[in-house]
Amino acid sequence: MASKNYKRVYVWELPVRFFHWINVLSITVLAVTGFIIADPPALMSSREASETYLFGTVRFIHFAAAYVFFFNMILRVYWSFVGNRFSHWKSFLPFSRKMRRNILHVLKVDILLRNDKVEDVRNISVGHNSVAALSYLALFAVGLVQVFTGFGLYSGSSEWWLPQLFAWVVPLFGGDFMVRTIHHVATWVFILFTLVHVYLVFYHDWLEGRGEVSSMFGGYKFVCEERIHKEDIVELQPDKEKETPAKTAS
Amino acid sequence: MAFERTPQETYYESIIRQGYSRRDFMKFATYIAAYMGLETSMIGQVAKSLETTFRIPVIWEHYQECTCCSESFIRSDHPIVSDIILDKISLDYTLTLMAASGHQAEAAKHATMEKYKGEYILCVEGSVPLGDDGNYCCIAGRSAKELLLEAAEGAKAIIAWGSCASNGCVQAAYPNPTEATPIHKIIKDKPIIKVPGCPPIGEVMAGIIVHLITFDRLPELDNLGRPKAFYAKRVHDSCYRRPYYDAGLFAETFDDANAKEGYCLYKVGCRGPMTYNSCGTIKWNNGVSFPIQSGHGCIGCSEEDFWDNGPFYERLTGLAGFGIESSADTIGKVAAGALAGGLAAHAIAANISKRKQLKESIKLGKENEKRFES
Repeated sequence: MASKNYKRVYVWELPVRFFHWINVLSITVLAVTGFIIADPPALMSSREASETYLFGTVRFIHFAAAYVFFFNMILRVYWSFVGNRFSHWKSFLPFSRKMRRNILHVLKVDILLRNDKVEDVRNISVGHNSVAALSYLALFAVGLVQVFTGFGLYSGSSEWWLPQLFAWVVPLFGGDFMVRTIHHVATWVFILFTLVHVYLVFYHDWLEGRGEVSSMFGGYKFVCEERIHKEDIVELQPDKEKETPAKTAS
Repeated sequence: MAFERTPQETYYESIIRQGYSRRDFMKFATYIAAYMGLETSMIGQVAKSLETTFRIPVIWEHYQECTCCSESFIRSDHPIVSDIILDKISLDYTLTLMAASGHQAEAAKHATMEKYKGEYILCVEGSVPLGDDGNYCCIAGRSAKELLLEAAEGAKAIIAWGSCASNGCVQAAYPNPTEATPIHKIIKDKPIIKVPGCPPIGEVMAGIIVHLITFDRLPELDNLGRPKAFYAKRVHDSCYRRPYYDAGLFAETFDDANAKEGYCLYKVGCRGPMTYNSCGTIKWNNGVSFPIQSGHGCIGCSEEDFWDNGPFYERLTGLAGFGIESSADTIGKVAAGALAGGLAAHAIAANISKRKQLKESIKLGKENEKRFES
């Protein structure tokens, strides 16, 4: 038996990869500085307070990284309307029957580790599998929680209209106490997510061997040759594009 | 006592009659305008209003409270403050300080309520218990809720003095056995000024009253109903120890060298960064000091549910439902550890369960390595 023939498929476009790594960086910086802000280390210094601005700098980095995180998030939302089918917003929502079936399949094969009796390569997702897509959606929601609580807390220290948009969050929860607690607890969701996410990427790479890890660097994954011409992937963008010019012409 | 004073006397007239000079009066106008956050050009308007405005009738109700608001008020540092408020603004009814008592007092209150319907200011000190038909707080044989609804009926505006009236304070802390309820949750159809704090600062209280007199309207309120002039900033933002915070210099315990140096009390639980009040600027007891200046962290007494967000001397608060000692971080660490263990188990199980598939792909890979030519 010969090994499978693989074709190189461009899955993650450059903006998606940029989003991913900027997101990684900003979340890491936010979590580290966030924990320092929550529980600062004991410093022994003989310098006058006026000569140092260490904690102020940590807070500045946290706020700056928050803006990066926020705008990066907005750009990703934009890209989910113009990007390819793997980054499209529809690929995150289990609207189609195929995607719902994929959820059950992933739960069965990858989470509960049962084996398919007959292996079907089409069960292997090229972009996000449907469970992963849902987890990213959930993370996006937690990201929004961080944006709302974070800018809510920050609004008191800024005159700019953007943080001011979130000034209503603090009164909603009765004061800074609760908002701060939510902000702190939600950080842990990111940490727990990262653990699972990184593990599963390695898991898929090891088991399926089609460039899961490197795809987020180069953008390419490897797909069995036999799949290329088959119409097993829901066509999202091409159909739309064909329709729109026709409509404007008429 | 309330009957004897003529209501047709202006604040200025009564201040002068009290024996203060015009100079004292002008000093007071300047001083209170500064506290109210007004520009110096507004001092004239404050003075003029006090000269020309007739006294506003005030009914001051006491429910579930400790009277610390009244105490703070009468210790407001300018003598005219206590005179103007207690004597001249004319408390037509206040249990604690009025001379009349019993039926006389109740009669005075009702007379004011009828005579000045729609004009008087209702000041409320204390929360209202709603549990067990409101029986936990009764005055003159009637429940606090009944009294509040009656008094609020004809009030022009309501001032909720202190944390009790604004957010329930200690008696509303978990499990809140009497169902102590702040005023704004009972009265919905009247403008309410919340003046939280346990107690609020005397000058803040006076400033709000003078604002009502001077401009004949409520001071500008924030989203939580507190006057912006006094509650717009966190205590942290006006704290004189802020440079230590920005430098990362913190007291680790109350008896270490850092505490002696006057470093920031953030790590010993100071609630300054979460508390909106004027303590850092107006201070207490004639501007002598405020808790942080005296070496004790802010406990956030003007914030909602501050009693339930303890312990006061720790930075990280406990999470409800996970026991007193478990902070978000303890739970997070346990969850991360359990998850890492689960993932390791999954990895091992995967290698066992998928051994056939793995074996095959490894075999194929190795075969291809042998066949590799150039």
